[in-house]
Amino acid sequence: MPEITLVEAVNQALHYEMRHDDDVVVMGEDVALNGGVFRATVGLLEQFGEQRVLDTPLAESMIAGLAIGMGTQGLKPVAEFQFMGFIYPAINQIINHAARMRNRTRGRLTCPLVFRAPCGGGIRAPEHHSESTEALFAHIPGLRVVIPSSPTRAYGLLLAAIRDPDPVIFLEPKRIYRLIKHDVMDNGEALPLDTCFILREGTDITLVSWGASVHETMQAADQLATQGIHAEVIDVATVKPLDIDTISKSVAKTGRLVIVHEAARSGGIGAEIAAEIAERNLMDILAPIQRVTGFDTIMPYFQLEQHYIPSVDRILQAVHQTLESS
Amino acid sequence: MTTLAEFSIDSHQLLDEHGQPTQETWPAFANDVEQLRHLYRLMMLNRLVDKKAVALQRTGKMGTYPSSFGQEAIATGIAFAMQEEDVFVPFYRDYAAMLHRGMRIEEIYSYWGGDERGSCFVNNPRDFPFSVPIASQLLHATGVATAFKLRQQPHVVVATCGDGGTSEGDFYEALNVAGTWQLPIVFVVNNNQWAISVPLSKQTQCQTLAQKAIAAGFSGVQVDGCDVIAMQMITEQAVTRARSGQGPTLIEAVCYRLCDHTTADDATRYQPSIEVEAAMAKEPIRRLRTYLTQQGAWDDQQEQALSQDIEQQITQAVDNYTHQARQPLTAMFDYLYAELPHSLIAQREQVA
Ligand SMILES: Cc1ncc(C[n+]2csc(CCOP(=O)(O)OP(=O)(O)O)c2C)c(N)n1
Ligand SMILES: [Mg+2]
Repeated sequence: MPEITLVEAVNQALHYEMRHDDDVVVMGEDVALNGGVFRATVGLLEQFGEQRVLDTPLAESMIAGLAIGMGTQGLKPVAEFQFMGFIYPAINQIINHAARMRNRTRGRLTCPLVFRAPCGGGIRAPEHHSESTEALFAHIPGLRVVIPSSPTRAYGLLLAAIRDPDPVIFLEPKRIYRLIKHDVMDNGEALPLDTCFILREGTDITLVSWGASVHETMQAADQLATQGIHAEVIDVATVKPLDIDTISKSVAKTGRLVIVHEAARSGGIGAEIAAEIAERNLMDILAPIQRVTGFDTIMPYFQLEQHYIPSVDRILQAVHQTLESS
Repeated sequence: MTTLAEFSIDSHQLLDEHGQPTQETWPAFANDVEQLRHLYRLMMLNRLVDKKAVALQRTGKMGTYPSSFGQEAIATGIAFAMQEEDVFVPFYRDYAAMLHRGMRIEEIYSYWGGDERGSCFVNNPRDFPFSVPIASQLLHATGVATAFKLRQQPHVVVATCGDGGTSEGDFYEALNVAGTWQLPIVFVVNNNQWAISVPLSKQTQCQTLAQKAIAAGFSGVQVDGCDVIAMQMITEQAVTRARSGQGPTLIEAVCYRLCDHTTADDATRYQPSIEVEAAMAKEPIRRLRTYLTQQGAWDDQQEQALSQDIEQQITQAVDNYTHQARQPLTAMFDYLYAELPHSLIAQREQVA
């Protein structure tokens, strides 16, 4: 089994699904000839031709609207937005149409599409290139929002997203695009959507995260283990709809919860998880729920970005506070 | 200096405001009085369905409604220029074409009466529902046209918007990709001179809206949008070109909004009455009736019979609409996703 990176896993999933489903069409700015600015779509044009790998004009609302129209005809467009910050021109199309076409037509017309975009900071990119605004989309009924945190999950979840009959916002944490390699079998097996992944079992505290922050969270758990503290680590993966049951069960066991996300704090998905757990696990909770997040500031330019992104130290600090107050 | 590009915009009218032909020869379909009667009947159906909708709103039986009074020729011409397998991506004043293509009268009333089932189009699985976010639908139309092109299906998409819609970014983005990819699509702009209270002169400095196609690399043409014969002819020509792989066309159909923007509006606050009177004299239905009557192809008896027939259809539709059982509350959840996500089951049970 070849070891591949997260971005290669995305590419592999696209290849696999295009080979097995003629309805899958990849589109976006620079995705064909150039293979995408992060090389996620490299090789697709050569293999599948310009009928199925479309370099579009530079217009994001158009990319979204076009994909919606194609989707209603039974095609399965996988459209790339170059960066999460450039989805915003398309937000009207996504919220007003993609998310509700099925509902508006009582199931007559649907949007089986995927909108992919690299998200998050950490690669010393210019401004607007480091967004973590998944909560914007997670707020919208009718959408799915999926964020893989490893090559294995990128492969399996992207396949699931393409096969899903509803629109999926698929956010790829670009600072881990090439950070780790996994053995990923190119067997076309999808992973389940709407389901958290328990990455590490533990009894003392539940650490919940998604996307790139899963890595700092795992590192924190490793360090805690050396101190005899057993953290359970959950990768949320699908942040909309949320698999709160898995998190709730874990908190019932550990009694403690720290949520880690790169996105700004207020109105983030961490707040949603905290509220749900407060409702369901009041009697289990031994200490206040803590969130380790980005600040409620604009993502700073890259000189300061490492101070914005939750670090292992900040996670450990929150864990120790939680343990001390219980 | 060298001139690299020049353009011109043609304007078409076959039947003038007095119901007189403007030229010797007409397209073949227009020499068939039965076809002209079809056009007439559909415009009348549109007008009366519309009138009833306004009445339903005024009596509290329906929500806000945008009338298409004075603009019926546009969608009627479109209706007869399209084939069944083509896809129509309408905006909210295209009732004639929607009805002709299978939308039921009660579906119109349901939609504006606040019931999603109005967009089920049980007799027309292809067409899109009305799009409320202005001009956004034009991009869906380019997507459908792309699907046709990729699959080499011989179908055409017709998409519409208003004059105000031509200021939206989505309008330009749609034209641009349609031109670049030579998509099988026809854009029709209902230029009724107003975007709610904003007149066209405050919308653009362009002499015509048709010329907006030039920057996208295809041709634009202006039509008298109150002349249903010209509307059918020009739309048919554009549809034929699109079907034979010759790319898109933009049609600007010039008319006048002889009604409030919607039932929630009062146009007397901004439409000058002289302007409205002048426009009323050009409205599409009377001029065709004048022509048909002069040809001995229409008389009072036929007019009465038609009105009666339409009134009957409308009465039945109103009856169906008003007696339709409300959707269960669970319907809110049932069309959100193909399968209800686990996390929503509890919320659905709250209303079950
Ligand atoms: C994106 C968007 N902005 C604003 C509105 C509110 N609005 C509804 S109709 C309308 C005017 C549209 O004018 P036009 O395109 O000329 O169509 P008409 O109603 O005259 O047929 C506006 C501003 C909307 N529906 N969508
Ligand atoms: Mg208008």
